[in-house]
Amino acid sequence: MSLTNLFFGVYPYIALTVFVIGSWIRYDNEQYTWKTDSSQLLSKQGMMLASNLFHVGIIMIFFGHFAGLVLPHGLWLGLGISDLAHQWIAIIAGVIFGIMCLVGGAMLWYRRMYNPRVRVNSRRSDVFIITWLMATLILGLLTVPFSVGHAVKGDPAVMLALAEWVKSILLLNPQPELMTKVDPIFRAHIFFGMTVFLVFPFTRLVHILTAPFSYLTRAYQIVRTKRRLA
Amino acid sequence: MKIRAQFAMVFNLDKCIGCHTCSVTCKNVWTNRKGVEYAWFNNVESKPGIGYPKEWENQDKWKGGWTKLNGKLELKAGGRLKKIVQIFSNPNLPEIDDYYEPFTYDYARLQNAPLSEAAPTARPVSQITGEKMDKITWGPNWEDDLAGEFASRARDKNFSNMEKEMYKQFENTFHMYLPRICNHCINPACVASCPSGALYKREEDGIVLADQDRCRGWRMCISGCPYKKVFFNWESSKAEKCVGCYPRVENGMPTVCSESCVGRIRYNGIILYDADKISAAASADNVQDLYQEHLDMFVDPFDPAVIEQAKKDGITDDWILAAQKSPIYKMAVQWKIAFPLHPEYRTLPMIWYVPPLSPVQSQIDQKALPTEADGVIPKASAMRLPVKYLANLMTAGKEQPIVDALNRMIAMRSYQRSVHVEGTPDTRALDAVGMTEDMAKEMYRYLAIANYEDRFVIPTSKEEMRLEDYHGFQGQAGFSFGSASSVGISPNSLFPERRKESMEPRKPVPHADELHDVTGERY
Repeated sequence: MSLTNLFFGVYPYIALTVFVIGSWIRYDNEQYTWKTDSSQLLSKQGMMLASNLFHVGIIMIFFGHFAGLVLPHGLWLGLGISDLAHQWIAIIAGVIFGIMCLVGGAMLWYRRMYNPRVRVNSRRSDVFIITWLMATLILGLLTVPFSVGHAVKGDPAVMLALAEWVKSILLLNPQPELMTKVDPIFRAHIFFGMTVFLVFPFTRLVHILTAPFSYLTRAYQIVRTKRRLA
Repeated sequence: MKIRAQFAMVFNLDKCIGCHTCSVTCKNVWTNRKGVEYAWFNNVESKPGIGYPKEWENQDKWKGGWTKLNGKLELKAGGRLKKIVQIFSNPNLPEIDDYYEPFTYDYARLQNAPLSEAAPTARPVSQITGEKMDKITWGPNWEDDLAGEFASRARDKNFSNMEKEMYKQFENTFHMYLPRICNHCINPACVASCPSGALYKREEDGIVLADQDRCRGWRMCISGCPYKKVFFNWESSKAEKCVGCYPRVENGMPTVCSESCVGRIRYNGIILYDADKISAAASADNVQDLYQEHLDMFVDPFDPAVIEQAKKDGITDDWILAAQKSPIYKMAVQWKIAFPLHPEYRTLPMIWYVPPLSPVQSQIDQKALPTEADGVIPKASAMRLPVKYLANLMTAGKEQPIVDALNRMIAMRSYQRSVHVEGTPDTRALDAVGMTEDMAKEMYRYLAIANYEDRFVIPTSKEEMRLEDYHGFQGQAGFSFGSASSVGISPNSLFPERRKESMEPRKPVPHADELHDVTGERY
């Protein structure tokens, strides 16, 4: 098996399987561990800026990736967005939200490493995950010059190859050979990104899956009864 | 009409001596664990003072509780959408220093230190970082017995609309204790603030609980509670709060804070209320009407129509009987000497307080205080504790109900004094406030004697009526963390374990025997 096959044909499935099954098992069996792990109580300083920049940035980046890589290519063409325009939108949005996330994330990383209260009470997984996310983000931002280079030349082929590859994975028809065409920096970014899915169930990231949108529609007061309801 | 029963308490501040026994027993039972060292489900504050956490009563700062927005009841910190927007960083969350940095002492040093000229000292150690602390600058009870300068204590919100400078002078200074626990509110702001829906009120007894499995640590309840009685366990990242000692209460026993109260100031019981009136009562236009609205929610447990409806709503006979014998009903509704704490937060709190009289005997002896008809008991308005201050604490500033309550307590004392000291009953003070001798005698029995069976009238929770298999839950009713009925996080878990063990000093205090080599020599 070639390394390309291993990393871009097999690894995605390992990561996604662990992500789905692991999250499922944890949700089922370890509800008490399912939490945000907020440390705001220990130190509030700078959190308003850091946490908001980081979270808003990373959520927008997630949706950007989803829109560009997972949603059908035809949708964008149908909306009259050419591939080149698509690529420029991706570059600009990526830079804006990437830098937001970078600034916020760097502040959070610094806080996690050097705030005595937060540092002492960090698990290894807490330190690992913020570091890994930052590394992934930095690799992602480093792809921008390459994307700009392609866009300036009017050549969206790499972007299309990446989207094609993501779809091939999701449609269970993996085409790892598509990845041989793209610059190494993209491959590194994708490997780091897939690893986030792999470690997801074992870290605090699980809180994402229980983002409390139901709060928006529920009644304020909750009364539970122990009576058997007929 | 929809009748619900509420487990409630009354604290008779007139008898609180500020001994903190309630706090200590509560801590030993519920919060002597890592992550909640700083959390006191029960604490006793010295008033006037800014309390625990600092300035908790200042809702301009903390945005706890409810408010009226365009004629509608809304969380003061903002509605659902605002909460979601603020979820990444809750601007109203207290920091641990607003409570205090939990600490212990390096006790081992006292025994392990090498021989030196000066006696060794046990330095404070932070229970968060494990590091030595230079100096402890705040604690859970830093203002005990009016410690600290007046300027700091004067930030007490209850001084609003008062000439507080006057109370700076030693001659005018006043002091009272305020024991506080979760109020198990009828309109709890913590429950309404929780994005995950982890907090809930129990229908059977109204105890408000935080579901440890469901809680995700979004920390909105911490700031939502205007009494700051939901705490963030920084070890588990979950909300924890007073559980009303429900494992005891379900078995008909009083809460540990109540049971252990040496002053016998705490009364436990249930009270029936009309759940259909909650919304209207909590949204009264004028905050000064909230006390009366709250009072009007309670129903008469002797009224046949109420009893009939209560039975329809699933309340059993022994609970109705307990409501009839309830000390809470007597003090809050019949005698009107108990009041909710800060009704203006609109949460309809269910821990009520009998306001304190002031110990003023020497002033009376010097004829420095105007007295009632008997010439012995001082007038309520002339007491050392300003009525306005008590009113700010208990009736959103409305003084008349407080004055009436103090007058009834004074009249009871006056009457009992005449019986026990003079030997002839003098009912002039009673007549002045419209009390009968029987009422005075009963009040005396409840307030002064405070028999155990009068203080605690708690019906059991009827677990046996609910279970098909009585033995199904045997051995499963312990207090544990982690998945239901487990001892916690299993040691073989794939998922994150506890951070590390406790933050106590590394070196344990040596056992006495370890200091000596065992030689077999006889002592």
